[in-house]
Amino acid sequence: MKNFFKIASLAAAISLSGPALASLAYVSNEKDNTLSVIDTETNEVVDTIDVGARPRGILLSKDYTKLYICASDDDTVQVLDLATRKIIDTLPSGEDPEQFALHPNNRHLYIANEDDAIVTVVDVETKDVLAQIDVGVEPEGMAVSPDGKWAVNTSETSSMLHWINTETFEIEKNTVVGQRPRHVEFTKDSKIAWASAEIGGTVHIFNVDTIEEIRQIDFKIKGVPQDRVQPVGIELTSDGKYAFVALGPSNHVAVVDAQTYEVLDYLLVGARVWQLDLDKDEKFLYTTNGVSSDVSVIDVEALKVIKSIKVGRFPWGVVIDPTS
Amino acid sequence: MEIKGKLLIASVFCGWLLVPASAAALGVTIGYIQWVPDQGPVLSNVTPDPEDAGLRGAELGIADNNATGKFLDQTYTLESVMANDADDAMATLDDMLENGIELLVTRVPADTLRAMAKRAGDKALLFNAGASDDDLRIRECQPNTLHTIPSYAMLTDALAQWLNMRRWKEVFLITGPTEEDKAWADAFRRASKRFGLEIVADKPWTFDSDLRRTASRELPVFTQASDYDAVVVADVRGDFGEYVPFNTWLPRPVVGTQGMGPEAWHRVVEAWGAAQLQNRFRELSGREMNSEDYAAWAAIRSIGTTVTGLSEAGRSSIREYLFSDNFQLAAFKGRKLTYRPWNGQLRQPIPLVHPRGLVATPPLEGFLHPETELDTLGYDKPESDCQIH
Repeated sequence: MKNFFKIASLAAAISLSGPALASLAYVSNEKDNTLSVIDTETNEVVDTIDVGARPRGILLSKDYTKLYICASDDDTVQVLDLATRKIIDTLPSGEDPEQFALHPNNRHLYIANEDDAIVTVVDVETKDVLAQIDVGVEPEGMAVSPDGKWAVNTSETSSMLHWINTETFEIEKNTVVGQRPRHVEFTKDSKIAWASAEIGGTVHIFNVDTIEEIRQIDFKIKGVPQDRVQPVGIELTSDGKYAFVALGPSNHVAVVDAQTYEVLDYLLVGARVWQLDLDKDEKFLYTTNGVSSDVSVIDVEALKVIKSIKVGRFPWGVVIDPTS
Repeated sequence: MEIKGKLLIASVFCGWLLVPASAAALGVTIGYIQWVPDQGPVLSNVTPDPEDAGLRGAELGIADNNATGKFLDQTYTLESVMANDADDAMATLDDMLENGIELLVTRVPADTLRAMAKRAGDKALLFNAGASDDDLRIRECQPNTLHTIPSYAMLTDALAQWLNMRRWKEVFLITGPTEEDKAWADAFRRASKRFGLEIVADKPWTFDSDLRRTASRELPVFTQASDYDAVVVADVRGDFGEYVPFNTWLPRPVVGTQGMGPEAWHRVVEAWGAAQLQNRFRELSGREMNSEDYAAWAAIRSIGTTVTGLSEAGRSSIREYLFSDNFQLAAFKGRKLTYRPWNGQLRQPIPLVHPRGLVATPPLEGFLHPETELDTLGYDKPESDCQIH
């Protein structure tokens, strides 16, 4: 998501329509059916918004006016208007939407339907279902490359990445990775893709041009049993310096050198860390910790955890609106 | 049941798999043999066990394998038989071996499994998804047999860890009359020593009156003792155990085969993506997934995961791979599952459940092991005479 930061800050500079607030973080609370809104200046929860059942994946529209929410148990994607904080619409999503990704055209939403083993592509303006693509068992992670050419889906039980051509909506290649792949993140230039494998305990680096794996990253945390080290969310800084990898029930976030792929450090956060997002200046990283029901804030320059913020039950996803 | 006693090819794979396969296409046929002896009449017959427990899990495993295999040009077929008796089960095995099936999942009693393992020799690889007997894992291990169902020792170690953690260390043990009950109770006695529990009363269940009329009068008297922290029931088939909770002399929790207890799988397990597996199973079978279903599913997914990794389906290569560092099964229990090289047992966390909720999932924090915490459950390598790999 950070791939749009430059555009975002540009948009923020031009646009005066946004409310003059500090940057806000939105956190989906899977077992509370709410979103927590965090003011990233004060790092306090300033609002809690009721949403549909079992909210998991959340993402911002490219113009930062709307938030899309996978309400998994309601089998729908909800559209939240950020100005009024009201649900203004729902999109057809297929069954049990878990994660999704928006094409840079701001219209094509790629939704992983976990129970149905398909990826549904919806036009968010017309609400038309443009395609339903058969993928492996339990599709989970979804990412669209910043150049708009590739949509990549991870299927957890099939342990594969499905590379979908966004022109044809057809799978062009399937690549087997470690067990239970969860998340894919592209670099800003769309040349490299990072994919996490939760049970495999690995992160796989792909050259997007050739769709070949070029590197595998392993993790080892002193004092933590190896089978508790379970990579889930990945976040890349836009300067190409760091990758942050949420390591699930090991309760740590790995800091990886995004050029050499060496692991630099492990930061202790809350219990079962899942997803993460950088704030607008990329000075702070926010992580959702499902089991401890809080959000950890990491100072990116110091690589230190500076605060934990209590949110709703089982926080799942986090996105930060850079324009607010 | 209509499917009893004859070979049946389960058409769980979808039509589009029938397109002409390329040169690299790989077909994998897995046999499933089930024979469950009649449990006899039980007092607690309110919720009978589903007759197809195990079979449905195997079918879901095949469907999951095919959903992955379709991208790799691999198709999986299940040949399943519900045998009428032990002889029928053996005849089915002969049949399948003759038809070249060399990967088999069984839900049969320990004695039948022993005979099958002997008969199959080096012609097949068996996955035991039905027999929990510890002897199969400590003395009589067969190089051709892996176990996906947890042993009694794994189940009772999980329970004993939790009792220790709760500091409910003095327990009253009630053991039913069947061989399975005694095996379960023996495993619990061992577990109580390992995890510092004291069995303050150890009584066999001998009553034969119908407790639905007399439970409230008989059980309080039966469970009289000066004090205990919990009552542990060993009643594997579910005869009298359901009548123990709320009828004890002292107001104490009831754990074990009834009340709150260890299971390989249960419908209340939902973390680690388990909700998705539960949904898929419910859709396939119209009921809830249980431990036997899970064990059969895990066996077939072990094969699928291996074939994906190897791109071939030879029995010997599969066996090698299953014991290698490359093998890891993602099986909705929050950790990767692997096989113990000395006895072929699938290591796994054990959920402790009551009918409507999850209590804990041992191995619990604080019970340490130099290799993997999962080996705090069940007979560890030095305690087993086996070395099958």
